[in-house]
Amino acid sequence: MDAVKSLRVSVWRGGEDGRYQDFDVPRRESQTVLDVVTHIQRHLDPTLAYRFACRVGMCGSCAMTVNGTPRWTCRTHVDKVAKGETLRIGPLANMPVVRDLVADMREFFDKWARAKGQFTPTRTRDDEFVAVDPASPPRREADAGIECIGCGVCYAACDVVKWNREYLGPAALNRAWTLVNDVRDGGQASRLHAVAGDAGCHSCHTMMSCTELCPKELSPTRSIAGLKRATLGVALSSLEEDK
Amino acid sequence: MSAGGEARLWLAQRVTAMFLAVFVAVHLVTIIYAVRGGLAAGDILARTRGSVGIAVFYGGFVVASAIHGGIGLRTIFIEWLRLRPPVAGMAALFAAIGLVALGVRAVFAMVAA
Repeated sequence: MDAVKSLRVSVWRGGEDGRYQDFDVPRRESQTVLDVVTHIQRHLDPTLAYRFACRVGMCGSCAMTVNGTPRWTCRTHVDKVAKGETLRIGPLANMPVVRDLVADMREFFDKWARAKGQFTPTRTRDDEFVAVDPASPPRREADAGIECIGCGVCYAACDVVKWNREYLGPAALNRAWTLVNDVRDGGQASRLHAVAGDAGCHSCHTMMSCTELCPKELSPTRSIAGLKRATLGVALSSLEEDK
Repeated sequence: MSAGGEARLWLAQRVTAMFLAVFVAVHLVTIIYAVRGGLAAGDILARTRGSVGIAVFYGGFVVASAIHGGIGLRTIFIEWLRLRPPVAGMAALFAAIGLVALGVRAVFAMVAA
């Protein structure tokens, strides 16, 4: 009888001061990294903490660091990432560790709010709908960034976040850019101010790790470049204020 | 720094980058063209001394380099040396002044009779 092939998996255990623990997990066809983590929790150690919900790449809750790279684990096949039948799985980088594979995403999402990622309405229910032409340039710019699932992969991949803890990060800036291109939104001036400071779009070095690794194949780099251009108006208007 | 201030630094760095692209291209093409048959320092100085064009061109080059490099150094000071932005800004300003001083000295040596 053929022995079942197995995968050597190192999994982060504990908080910030934890360490990796090794498990042997049966290797299966079309196995995802999330399948591996689930196998460990269901069959080897029920105390393992990790986060997932939809399992089909919609919810953005299962991102982890897999062999050093942040990935959405439910759509990442072991075939694609295992080096010599070994996996090292840890929590997302650039976020505090809650326990095991669970990262604390509060700061990540707080930064969306700081980047004015909320829609600011300009009409009431009594007004007519705004007709937005799907082919108009602003709508196309918004479309290009709108499919973000908030998984945090870009944020964990970003070296500028690592160097500058205040930096808003690719996801929050991408969200702001989609709203800058929303013709119905009334909060543009405060949004452009929010994304232009030391912590904002000008800190981006265009290293493009976010764009390289975004599981939805968005380009936060492109969005951030758009914000840099859009904030020139802020720069010139504050020149006026200085006079 | 304020949102506007940061955006203005970005604008200044992009605009100086555009000038530097021209300066560097002209500079490289000129030296490659000028020395193709071998040219001694004395020959070069004989051509550059008293030239207003050379003074303006390299003077502009120096100023653009100092602004562009100064803004870049400010970011490096903040991210790598973890200086606070106002401190990093001052340190970068001194570095930029130093670059201007060295550059102006070199331009002066090239064009002064």
